[in-house]
Amino acid sequence: MFGKLTLDAFHHSSMIIVFANVIMIGTGLAVVAALTYYRKWGYLYREWFTTVDHKKIGVIYIVIALIFLLRGFIDAAMVRAQQASAGPGMDGYLEAAHFAELFTGHGTMMIFFMAMPFLVGLMNIAIPLQIGARDVSFPLLNAISVWLTAAAGALVMISLLVGSFSEAGWSGYTPFSGLAHSPGPGVDYWIWALQISGISTTLTGVNFVTTILKKRAPGMTLMRMPMFTWTVLCTSILIVVSFPALTAALALLALDRSVGTHFFTSIMGGDQMLYINMFWLWGHPEVYILVLPAFGIFSEVVTTYCNKRLFGYTSMVWATMAIAFLSFGVWVHHFYTMGQDPLRNSIFGIATMVIAIPTGVKIYDWIWTMFRGRIEYKLPMLWTLGFLITFVMGGMSGVLLAIPGADYKMHNSLFLVAHFHNVLIPGTMFGLLAGFYYWFPKVFGFRLDEKWGRHSFWGWLVGFYVAFVPLYMLGIMGMPRRMVTYDNPAWHFWLVIAAIGAIIVAYGIFAMFMQIYVSWRDREKNADLTGDPWGGRTLEWSIPSPPPEYNFAVVPEVRDRDAFMEMKVNDWAYQRPSAYEDIHMPKSTPLAIVIAALSFVFGFAYVWHIWWLAGLCVLGTVAAVIVRSFNDETEFVIPAAEVEADEDAFHRRLQDADVFEHMKDIKEYGDERTPNGEFIEPTTRATSGVPG
Amino acid sequence: MASSPSHDLNRVRAAARADTEVNFGFWAYLMSDVVLFSMLFLAYVNLSQRYAGGPTPGEIFSLHGVFLETMALLASSLTFGLAMVSLHQGKKNHIIGWLLATFVLGAFFLWHEVSEFVHIIHEGASFDRSGFLSAYFGLVGTHGAHVFFGMIWLLTMVAQIALRGLTPAIGSRLARLSLFWHFLDLVWICVFSTVYLPGLIQGGSA
Repeated sequence: MFGKLTLDAFHHSSMIIVFANVIMIGTGLAVVAALTYYRKWGYLYREWFTTVDHKKIGVIYIVIALIFLLRGFIDAAMVRAQQASAGPGMDGYLEAAHFAELFTGHGTMMIFFMAMPFLVGLMNIAIPLQIGARDVSFPLLNAISVWLTAAAGALVMISLLVGSFSEAGWSGYTPFSGLAHSPGPGVDYWIWALQISGISTTLTGVNFVTTILKKRAPGMTLMRMPMFTWTVLCTSILIVVSFPALTAALALLALDRSVGTHFFTSIMGGDQMLYINMFWLWGHPEVYILVLPAFGIFSEVVTTYCNKRLFGYTSMVWATMAIAFLSFGVWVHHFYTMGQDPLRNSIFGIATMVIAIPTGVKIYDWIWTMFRGRIEYKLPMLWTLGFLITFVMGGMSGVLLAIPGADYKMHNSLFLVAHFHNVLIPGTMFGLLAGFYYWFPKVFGFRLDEKWGRHSFWGWLVGFYVAFVPLYMLGIMGMPRRMVTYDNPAWHFWLVIAAIGAIIVAYGIFAMFMQIYVSWRDREKNADLTGDPWGGRTLEWSIPSPPPEYNFAVVPEVRDRDAFMEMKVNDWAYQRPSAYEDIHMPKSTPLAIVIAALSFVFGFAYVWHIWWLAGLCVLGTVAAVIVRSFNDETEFVIPAAEVEADEDAFHRRLQDADVFEHMKDIKEYGDERTPNGEFIEPTTRATSGVPG
Repeated sequence: MASSPSHDLNRVRAAARADTEVNFGFWAYLMSDVVLFSMLFLAYVNLSQRYAGGPTPGEIFSLHGVFLETMALLASSLTFGLAMVSLHQGKKNHIIGWLLATFVLGAFFLWHEVSEFVHIIHEGASFDRSGFLSAYFGLVGTHGAHVFFGMIWLLTMVAQIALRGLTPAIGSRLARLSLFWHFLDLVWICVFSTVYLPGLIQGGSA
């Protein structure tokens, strides 16, 4: 009846896991009780659980990301604490199996449930607004994506209570992740959490490729797209072309574990290297899926806070495309040591180093944009500067690792761990946080507090260096990754320093949550009344904060890459039409949460081999989709009068804030223009006639 | 809007174009499916010689059965094409007829494939026998599962046309199902030339 699920699954030998469960269940019950007490369930259901609005979906993604940022960070801190308290003559406080679950959980959660949802959340919030669209191409599919991510996250969460999580590392290498070596439910939880979130991401990729290519406002040619839109287009293409490789690898691994096939086993003709190749065929593009949109965010931030047009836009576009293309040709560098011949390793080594060239182009483009710009050191700009310096260091250690000969020394050492944290933390995390501060007022209508934001920034930046520079040293000293204990006394000192780094990062995370609370408390004072708090250049800043459900009362016309800035300097920003029209918008629907709930139960049932339940979930999903396909009443109308009333209110706020007066300054101090109002591309010279 | 059944044929035709926004999205999805199948082909090619002492392709494949399957699937692409021609002519009953013909051919294909699987398993050559057989069942089975879901979709569309008539929404969905069905045909041709032909040629000489 219940497959492999017995009461033993609820038995945990480690008091730490029992304690974590008490905290998790206690928090869950407290949230449920609070929602019931304040009678918020109806509101949540109507406004959030059934919504298809891309802005709200973006917020849900980021809430998921912040929850998993905390969980992923707690795992990291426990790993650091273990290694700092273990060593010659000391065992630390963790059992080896629990330690393995922690480093597996940390990697899995940070990539799949922190970075990806955060990124997709920002994509959801910004992309339709940047391209002048009223929603994404497939709003319901978008809702299905977000709730599938939530369902996958819930599987990770429940593995803490029922059974255990994988011990096979975030990449789940075979044969260790096969049934022979990992008979427990942990790897199955890992498989289905990744499988469901991966499918959700594939759907997101399909959605955003279509949205960006088909839904741009009139006049927005490809070379007039904002840089963030460009990077998200490249990322979405990468998602569509690479995530199915993960889907296939995980599906075949699941078959090996549940029905006894021999795809990746070490006996009966299976091939472990097949899994590792397939995993990295996805895994390496995934690195660029994570980092390219962050590059886009930095481009938006640099232009906005330097009050200057982006230097080398065309080179930036080509560099993005080049990175996206090259990302498919380097996967073998993840396993130089696994038996290919030197020629093959050399080819992949050179391909890997080549990626540094377009990345370098981008770095110089940002630096030249800052050059003689009027830089405002607002929070997103701080994160960008922190990124530039730190990321270059991480990129350099990457080029070092790309040399097969050197990699034979560094492979699977803490040097590697330091390297990929050194690219992913500044490259992705700092970018996501810069985007978070940048677009937060657009979504919620108030700015985030600067003081606590600075605390958070310095906590992250200093904490990063203190935590990871020692790992570089340890790697060179020969310490392998993922050691629960060790007997080299020379390592201990550096591991203690790294643990102190984790504490400093913890302060950065604390300050960020404090910042959100303080900003919410002072939201009246921090309010953004004009919709354009930073002097923005792209279309999202031309509409109110928070934007109305339909985003744009009138679909804008685009005449330049800096569409909104061009409107401001040429006196046609905020122009109103002679008459407004009715707007058709998609209706809310519970279909997405139904499919997500069925997916969660399916995953859980598969983990425990409750086959009848898994079968019912598949049938239920197919039935739900068929029922929905018979419903043609999927849209509703916002009457023109309502749109006009919203716009009247917005224009009164603009008048009150003297926006139209302020626009004269923009014209005087802004970008250089030709007499007929067209922007002049920035060069390495400051102004015309003055040598740079 | 799409809500009221419309008999305006031009709107149906426009919705059935392959380059509308929603159909473009479906192309993007198909690209992801191409990658999924290429991974399974990768697995097959990689494992196709790993018999682990078990049966080889020559011992379990029968060209006769595969030929019939292939002809049925190719014919079903033709009947679907004729259904789309009827759509452009606005002939509702013809569409239903051709879709049902497609369904029958798909069912024949699937029935044949499943009985082939059963036969092979009965001979002691199940998917857990060797890497080669795992990859064979994985690739061919995934294609079969796609055909199965395509057939559920076909029946759903027949029901919708019968109940709703030709609306733009239905024209648009038929265009996507058509893309999906032809795509499966294309994948099958790759399966035929990657799995069965080399398998039988090698099997003959082994």
